[in-house]
Formats: sequence, structure tokens, C-alpha cells
Amino acid sequence: MRRSPDRSRGLAAAAGQRSRVGRIGILVVFLVALVVVWEGLKFIGGDPWRYFGWEWHPPVKIWFASDLDLPHVWQIVGAMGGPWRRSADQSLFVYLVFKALYTWREAAIGFLAGGVLGVGLATIFIHSRILERAFVPYVVASQTVPIIALAPMIVFFFGNNVMSVVIIATYLTFFPVTIAMIRGLRSPDPRALELMRSYAASRRTILWKLRLPASLPYLFTALKITATASIVGAIIGEGPGAIQDGLGWSIISFNQQYITDPSKLWGAIFVSALLGITFYLVVRIVELRVLRGRPQATAG
Amino acid sequence: MTAQTVVSLSGVEKTFELPGGSSMTAVSGIDMEIRKGEFVSLIGPSGCGKSTLLRLIGDLTQPSAGSVTINGKPAHQARLDRDYGMVFQAPVLFDWRTVEENVRLPLELMGQGRESREARVREMLELVELTDFARHHPYQLSGGMQQRVAIARALTFSPSILLMDEPFGALDEMTRERMNSEVLRIWEQTGITVIFVTHSIPEAVFLSSRVVVMSARPGRVARVLEIDLPRPRGVETRESRGYFEKVTQVREALRGGEGRADEGIGSVERAEAEGLIG
Amino acid sequence: MSRGTDLLRRYLPTIVVFVGTIAIWEAVIRGLHVRAFILPAPSSIVGALFANWTTAYQIFPAAQNTLLEAGGGLVGGALLGLAVAFLVARFATARDIVLPVAVAVNAIPIVAFAPIANNWFGVLSPYSKMAIAGALVFFPIMINVLRGLTQVDASALELMRSYAAGDVAVLSKLRVPNALPFFLTGLKIGTTLSLIGAVVGEYFGGLNVALGRVVVESASTLAFEVTWAAILVASATGIAMYLLVAALERVLIPWHPSVRGERVA
Repeated sequence: MRRSPDRSRGLAAAAGQRSRVGRIGILVVFLVALVVVWEGLKFIGGDPWRYFGWEWHPPVKIWFASDLDLPHVWQIVGAMGGPWRRSADQSLFVYLVFKALYTWREAAIGFLAGGVLGVGLATIFIHSRILERAFVPYVVASQTVPIIALAPMIVFFFGNNVMSVVIIATYLTFFPVTIAMIRGLRSPDPRALELMRSYAASRRTILWKLRLPASLPYLFTALKITATASIVGAIIGEGPGAIQDGLGWSIISFNQQYITDPSKLWGAIFVSALLGITFYLVVRIVELRVLRGRPQATAG
Repeated sequence: MTAQTVVSLSGVEKTFELPGGSSMTAVSGIDMEIRKGEFVSLIGPSGCGKSTLLRLIGDLTQPSAGSVTINGKPAHQARLDRDYGMVFQAPVLFDWRTVEENVRLPLELMGQGRESREARVREMLELVELTDFARHHPYQLSGGMQQRVAIARALTFSPSILLMDEPFGALDEMTRERMNSEVLRIWEQTGITVIFVTHSIPEAVFLSSRVVVMSARPGRVARVLEIDLPRPRGVETRESRGYFEKVTQVREALRGGEGRADEGIGSVERAEAEGLIG
Repeated sequence: MSRGTDLLRRYLPTIVVFVGTIAIWEAVIRGLHVRAFILPAPSSIVGALFANWTTAYQIFPAAQNTLLEAGGGLVGGALLGLAVAFLVARFATARDIVLPVAVAVNAIPIVAFAPIANNWFGVLSPYSKMAIAGALVFFPIMINVLRGLTQVDASALELMRSYAAGDVAVLSKLRVPNALPFFLTGLKIGTTLSLIGAVVGEYFGGLNVALGRVVVESASTLAFEVTWAAILVASATGIAMYLLVAALERVLIPWHPSVRGERVA
């Protein structure tokens, strides 16, 4: 009837120990469900299905379920296997993966640069009240600026090359990291700080031995968000710069070919999704290693 | 006038399953009877299961064996009938409600009408002497005041039994002594039956008509001491000879049980700390 | 010492930085005759702002449209996030499935969906931008509300149980008020995200009278003063939305430590 606290605690502990196998299982279930819903929508309200002489006319009309707007899952898969362009050798999938790796490289550089910059800025800010008071409101306010709006200009300034994209990714990363690190570096219990001072520890020692370790959970929370943000920044930056080697360009050009072959755009989206999730997982795995042994917060 | 039994425990035992397969018995073989209007304290070393016992009485957890009868009903029914109020160590007030809204909570849950609710809340706030703070938020009150709000809330629907689990444990000594007198005043004014869990021997002796001393591992009733100090009790009581003797008696009863409790007090403590029990 | 002087003293360094930056910027551009390529002088940006307020690039109507898209996305994403959070909080098994999936989905660059949204709703339609904005807003709201509904003090739950309170009462009297501060935090995050979503959506196409389009078009014709002016307006809009929610917080949850003014950091 009523869950007593002793039982649910035990279950929670077991869930935390649930291995990666369980997680993958859930993901598989989700993917299957997604495909079912996708095709189900088309079954109910899409364009007529015609295969091997069998015909099916969906009873209603769902406005986004047409074959143009929502290609069949197997059409997308088929397009992924086929050449990415007429008379090309590479399959769409492989082509996109290479593009994704290129984009990822830009994003990763920006991500690391932004992370370092954010940690550095935060360190300066917590040691100088004046600087903090002067600049933090701008740091905060800038989060409300759609930094994305600066993208075209950055590209024009630094040229149609990787540099501009990296700058955009860096910019998108360093604000959340700065804010998170300010909070994290300040997070140690004041009593722990007093303890360090009673050992006549220098500010630098306190920083390395107390503040930085304490700030790591905050850092990783920010990094998980900025992992995605840096990829978004890279994709957006590639657009105006017409950087043909990246995913952003593929999205734009496949979008232009939408009328003739929508599946390619969906393929690009799928690969972008894969990229985002993979990067996120990488950061998560690093987080689990670095923060091993600490009481974890929530999943993800 | 025969005092009737309001709380009756018979052969009560509580065993917890720990993650990992083993089990741990928090209390075992508890037989107890509490009469109407009594003030009974449960005291014992860490891990003796006194909090578990209180929660068994309050139907916040169920016995693995034995029965708990409240006012002639099974504990579960008594809880549904709202026969008792509880006060925990933390006041557990809702931050977003004012003092009077917090005290009003049980009445809202019972579906009482607005006028009768307001009258009752005013009455309760007068009882704990917090009328002037009705519109304040909990964060504006001191720890002692927050506990008084918690007590007012516990008494709002006139329960016949008040269960208190180390309610003053987080307060400083002087506030604690003041709160002790408060509780006694309320007890005398309302005639309610009080079951009080505490770590503090002086507190148990000062407040109670009977002190139940428990031993640990598994939790059992070691001794029951009648505290026949005269009432009303006040500052003079704390300085009286009889008081000092009773405190010594309780301490010795505790020490008698401590010999056994020294062995592996660990697992019950740990289980309590993990929130599995207690 | 009035509150006004206190406030001034606190923000003095900020103001100094602002004024100083503007002054140096203006001086450098003018004084050194730097080609006003990427970095026009502040004065010319302000000039471009006024010149294009309702004519030419029409920054003001553009801001209104973008705000509408962002607002629509914010409301839509918030409603959806609330609904899913309540459902997931209610069905504990759903949580184990939905949560890791939602986290993974959130890692997808939503910007990749912008072309699809444009195709579904029509490039010129504001709904395509609202959809992207809403998609960005959904996750922070959902995860925050979920946290607020489920991370309830265990003793408070026990208290309610001791009153034999039913699930509905626990929800309405405990979980929901507990979740309110969390929701507002999510909403604050959502304001900036919704604006970004709207602007990014506009990058991929849309009516000309939208801030994202103004940025793209003015940049492609190298009229960077206009670009900066549009960005200025966009950030002002974002800040305004954020401050609106902050004001809402002061009204709705005055008792919360973060609103009471206690130093949190």
C-alpha cells in the first residue's frame, strides 16, 4: 500500500548501481518507440503507402506527416547508405561523419579554450572584489545576448576559416563556465577555509588544494551544457562562412535540396544529434572519472 | 476515576531489511501501556530504537510482529482518524506559508470550513503565545519559535496523543529549558497524552510522569521509572533534591543497559543514519 | 545613507567600466581613423539605431516580431515542460526512462532542426521560430519543475503522511509550492534561450522584419553599424525578459533565500 522509506531507499540505491547495460536498454526502447511513433503518424495521417502492390491510404491528414516533411524511416536509412551525391563514392553516412568530425574539432578547441578562459576569469574575479563587481554584471548580461547574433560579424572579421568558428565556440563556452566556477570556487565551507588559514596556507595553496577541487562538480555541470553549446556555435559559424568541410554547410546545402530529397537533411540532423550526444557522453565519462567517490547529484 | 489506556503495545518487534540481504532488528519484544493524560519519555543510548518505537506508535512504520493499539483501535486507523499530532526535531514548516497558514495546514487537509479554521488557528497561536507573529514567515523566526509553531500545528485538530521526537534537540540549553516549561504548560492546559523521545536525562525527568529507559541492540525496554516529583514543576524543581535523585536513577538505569549496548552499536546507528529506520 | 546611494556605490565599478569602454572605443575608432569595418564607433551605432528604428531595416518592428516569437516559444515550451514534468513526477517508472532520454535529447544541437521547422511551418511563418524557441525552453523547464516536484524534504512528506493526506493534497499543498522557485529558475534560463532560438531560427530564413534577418542582411551588405544596433536591441530585449521574470520572482516567492537578498554565491 504505502511505500515505507526503508524499501524505497533500497530501490534508489539499486537504481544508482544499475549498469550501463540497463541504460543502453532504455535508449534502445526509446529509439524503437520513436520509430513506432514516427511511422505511426505517417500511417494515420501521411501520404499513401505503396509497396510491392500493396496500398494503404491513411484516413486523416496530419500536416507535417507527408513524405516530404517526414520521410519514412527506411527512406532516411536508405539515403544514408547511398551516395551522398550523384556519382560520389562515399555513402551519405560516411560523408556526414567526416563533416561531423571536422565540426567537432572546431567545437572541441573552442570548448577547451572557453573552459580555460572561464576558469581563469573566475579565479581572478574571486580574488578581486573590485574586478568582480566591475565585470560580472556584464558576464551575466551577456548571457542574455544572443551571442549567435555576433556570428556573421565574427566570420567576416576573422575570415572564412576555422578561426572564426573556434572563436564563436569559445565565446559560447566561457560565460557559463565563468559563472559556474565563481560559484564553485566560493563553495567551500567557510570553516574549511578557516582551517586552511590556521595552517598559514597561502592563497595559492588554498586555491589549488581547496577551492579548485571543490569547484569541479560545478565546472562539470557547466561543461555538460557548453559541450552542446560549442557544437551549436560551430554549426552556426560554418553557415555564413560557407565552410564546406563542416556539418553546418551540409545542413544548409541539404536544406536547399529539400524538395528533391528531404532524407538527406534528416540524415544530417541525425548525425548532428549523434555528434551532440557523443560529445556530451564524453564529458560525462570524464566527469565520472574525475569526480569518482563523491556523492553524485542527479543523473546527467 | 480510572485512567484508561490509550496506547498499548504488545510483543512489538520491528526488523529492517538492509540492502545487501541482511536484516536488522531495531526493537524487539516491546510491551507497553500508556494511560490517558500521562507524560511519558522514552530515553536510551543511540541506536536503541526509541525513534523507531515512536514511529511505530504513530503508524509511520509498521511492526514486523506484535500489535499497536491506540484508543482501542489499530494504529493505522488511529492515524486515519487523526488521533495524534507529531512534532519532529526539525520544525518542518513550509517556507512559503506564514505562521498562521502553517498552523492551518492540518485543518485544510481535513476540509474544515474557513471560519472554524481561523478561530482554531487563533486559539492555537494564543496557546503557544505567538499571536503577534501570525503573519510572519518561518525564516523570520528563531529556532525555538519555529518549534512552537510546530507544536501549535500538531495540536490544531485536538489530537488525544502528542508524539514528540527530540523536538528541542537542535536548540541551545537555555531555550530548551524554556521550551520544557512551555510544553508542560500546554500539557496541563490541554490534558493531552504526551510521548516524548529524548537524549537528555534532565529533560526526561523534568517533564515526565514516567520515564521508559531503553537498551540497544535490539531495542528493548530496560526499566520504567515513575517520576513522582510534585507538579507544577518549575525552576525550583530543577534545583530540588528529589530531581537530582531521579536523574541519577535514570542515569544508572541507562548505564545498566549500556553494557550490552556497547557491543556493535554500529549497525543500528548506521541504519538510522542512512534513513532506513528512525 | 539612503538605499539609493548604497545601490550607486555597489554598481559604480560596473558603470565605470561601461562608460570607460564606450569612451575608449569611440576615441580609438575616431582618433586612429580605424576603418569602421567590423567595429563602428558607438556614435555611429546609435545613429544607425535611430536611422533604422522604423524605416529601412525597421529595427523596432523587427524586435517586436522577434519578441513575439521568443515569447510564444517560451510559453509553449514552458507549458509542455510543465506537463511532462508533472507526468514524469507522477509515474516513477517513467522517470527512469524519460530522464536519461531527455538529457540525451537536450545534447542534440537543436539548431539542426531549424531548417525542418522552417519547412514544416513555412519559412515565413513565426511558428517555425516559436517551435525552435520552444524546443530550447522545454528542457530546462521540465528538468527544473521535475526536481521541484520530487526533491521534497523527506520529513515534510512524513508530516503529510502523519495527517493521512492523500496524494492530491500532497501534490497541491506540498509539491507544487515547493516546485515554484525551481520553475522560476527554469523560466529565467528559458528567457535567454527562447530569444536565441528565435534569432537562430531567423538566420535560416524568415520575414525580413525580424532581428535575426536584420543581422544577417545588414552583415551581408557590410552595414555593420546596423548589425550592432540590432544586436544591441536583441540583448536589451533579452535582459528585459530576464528582469521581468526576476520581478515575478519577487512577487511570487518573496520568502525564498535567493530573493530575500542573502548572498548566495
